[in-house]
Amino acid sequence: MTMPAQDDLSIAKRVRRFLRDHPLVPLVVLLIGLVVVLEIMRPGIFNERWIGNTIKFAIPLAMLAACQTLTMLTGGIDLSVGIAATISAFVVATQVAILGTPGAIAVSLIPAVMIGIANGIGVGLFRVHPLIMTLGTGLIGTGCLQVYQRTVIATGSSVPEILAWLGTGRTYGAPNSLLVFLPLAALIIYALRRTGFGRLLYAIGENEDAARLAGVRSWQVILALYALSGLIAGITGLIYVGLIKAPSLSLAVPLLLPSVAAAVIGGTSIFGGRGTYSGTIVGALILTVLTTMLTVLQMPEGSRRIMFGLIILVVTAVYVRITEDS
Amino acid sequence: MANEPLLEASGVVKSFGAVLALRDASMQVAAGEIVALMGANGAGKSTLVKILTGAIRPDAGQIRIRGRDHRVHSPAEARQTGLVPVYQEPSLIPDLDVAANLRLSETPVEPFLKWVEELGISGLRLDEPVHRLPLATLRILDLARALASEPDVLLLDEMTAALPTDLVERVLKVVRRQCELDRSVIYISHRFSEISSLCDRATVLRDGLTVGTVDVGPGSEERIVEMMLGAPVKSTEEIVRATGQSLPVQTQETPRLRVRNLSSGTKLSDVSFEMRSGEVLGVVALEGQGQDELFEVLAGFERPTGGHIEIDGRDVRFHHPADAIAAGHVYVPGDRADALLMQRSVRENIALPFYARPARWGNINMGAEKTRVDGAIDRLQIDTRAQGEVQRLSGGNQQKVTIARWIAAGVRTLLCFDPTRGIDIRTKREIYPLLRELAAQGSSVLLYTSELEEVQLACDRAVVIFNGRVVDIIDAQDADEPTLMRAAYGLTNGSAGERAGDNAEEPRP
Repeated sequence: MTMPAQDDLSIAKRVRRFLRDHPLVPLVVLLIGLVVVLEIMRPGIFNERWIGNTIKFAIPLAMLAACQTLTMLTGGIDLSVGIAATISAFVVATQVAILGTPGAIAVSLIPAVMIGIANGIGVGLFRVHPLIMTLGTGLIGTGCLQVYQRTVIATGSSVPEILAWLGTGRTYGAPNSLLVFLPLAALIIYALRRTGFGRLLYAIGENEDAARLAGVRSWQVILALYALSGLIAGITGLIYVGLIKAPSLSLAVPLLLPSVAAAVIGGTSIFGGRGTYSGTIVGALILTVLTTMLTVLQMPEGSRRIMFGLIILVVTAVYVRITEDS
Repeated sequence: MANEPLLEASGVVKSFGAVLALRDASMQVAAGEIVALMGANGAGKSTLVKILTGAIRPDAGQIRIRGRDHRVHSPAEARQTGLVPVYQEPSLIPDLDVAANLRLSETPVEPFLKWVEELGISGLRLDEPVHRLPLATLRILDLARALASEPDVLLLDEMTAALPTDLVERVLKVVRRQCELDRSVIYISHRFSEISSLCDRATVLRDGLTVGTVDVGPGSEERIVEMMLGAPVKSTEEIVRATGQSLPVQTQETPRLRVRNLSSGTKLSDVSFEMRSGEVLGVVALEGQGQDELFEVLAGFERPTGGHIEIDGRDVRFHHPADAIAAGHVYVPGDRADALLMQRSVRENIALPFYARPARWGNINMGAEKTRVDGAIDRLQIDTRAQGEVQRLSGGNQQKVTIARWIAAGVRTLLCFDPTRGIDIRTKREIYPLLRELAAQGSSVLLYTSELEEVQLACDRAVVIFNGRVVDIIDAQDADEPTLMRAAYGLTNGSAGERAGDNAEEPRP
């Protein structure tokens, strides 16, 4: 009897094809699973307040992960976003007393965009590997921030009220940062699916020669991409300083590697050409819930990090296996 | 034929997946004999060479050396049994110096230097890094290294291709002397003049089959060409009917494309021709005669090292494929994988050029895109059942996508590099009429094809390139396969291919 075996095969194949065509489904299932486990571990934790908090902390991560998703689609990465966000946060907090809130916000985004432009020139025109280029500009940014700190040491710092409202406030229970995040996320998702720029990101990541053959000058795309990544990182810094309310020289730096992890867990291929921003958002939520879970377990910091690392590896490995080509 | 063959291969079969590269190949080489191995592109020459040298293993068949059954599993083993190849590409490691390369291959230094001298290279320093040496010297060093190991059978693959004339003379002399020592040579070359002056016999392969062995002598060239072509296998009339007649062209107008004295790198030396609007111009050449470089220059991928390209009478310079596309020059490369986004949909692949310019990076009008893409899909009859990902399409349909892209985006000059290679006969028959149709609507098509019968089916004229130069321009009605084959081998006007470059067409006024 071979029929049942064949049937099994076709069901397994169908499931695979379904997962492959809907890569978001297993991620959402995983997210729900984690929440259920958390509720079992600590009954009653799952309430409106907790959801709001989780989203509040997931948003800056998801925004930095947007930078990773976009650059990874072209086969790149942006390791300077942690410091770019920190610089914006620090500049806004130290300049608000001098320039007023709107001026400080505008000025604070300039260095982040400039880091992005430098990355774009290095990667797009001089063909420096993105890993090296963004690591380099990140270090340079760190140095510049330290120099800048000395010049404003007497100024003191304060977080503009509008940013505090955005970062920590809630309206009818929903975090105010959604006001920034939802339009941004919608814009990115739309741009990736329905704009020429989005198409070109996928094209360059999958086959840069083919893009060139079709007349695409990829340096233009890369330059715009990294500048955009810098801008998003800067905005993230503003939201994040409103959430943490204590600007420091390494404010958003700890978010850098989780932002890479969120993109990868969300199904973005680091080799380029494959990934969605909706996956990345779920990835950021998964990481945030995971962090809560490990905190709830009251593990010592060391074992918590070990667990965190292991879970990321296992989830990514399994996810890649079930959604890749059979 | 000699009594006891030094090397004997018989019934050799090799398939790669579904493709049968060798069906039944055989050849014999006697001691002291020089045998040419001949065959058109894709006849199975290189597969047979790789099997003889142990680089790949045959599925079936026997290889004997000195009557002893002989199985080699690696090039090193083949070397030990006395069969030493010199390949077309230099095989020394570029980052090491000459001495280190010799140590690596355990080549004795004294005889090596003696051969280098004999082959006409003086003043070679052993501590010279290989990457600083010119290509011709590298070829000579490869040969000297092979000779230093005193091979019983020397296998030379296009040995003289990159050499200047004086070195060619030296090489031929040295090779000839091998057989005085009772050693044998298998000689692969596209140059008939060398074969007739050097070889005793020629073994001819066609479609993976050894079709015969000819004693080389006066008049044998014609026989060899005939054997390489074989009897006409396909009924061509049917296709001709489908493609319609080539249209008459006015001769007085400014040509769409005029190429003058174009050169690029070492492969493309001096190419001049004109292509008119509404014309399908064929390019015929053996492998590696400079056609790849010609297309890359015309498509804006490479900058020429000399010469001019004129479009509609105006001089143009392409710095990027985007420049060529802006001038209406669009390129369908030989390898589909170079042109396609395999994981993306048919629609995205076809629409890709629409969004190349920053002005078009914004919102996509999905309705308008669909109309344009569907128009191209209809026109090329692309099977869209698996349109979600191009990699799920058949080869023929993938090829159609690469062409459809330019039909949707707009084309004035289509540069098509071997568009029908490796695709099914039905798709081929759809592609020829399509090219003719494009021409009839006023576009120009430059078509390189490795299948000679396509020239009469699809082209108005054919430019024949040999050794980086145009050796002949033939009207379609005269471009039957034997004529093209002779021309491709540099045998135009019975001049036996000697100094093929000299009878290149003069640039037209």
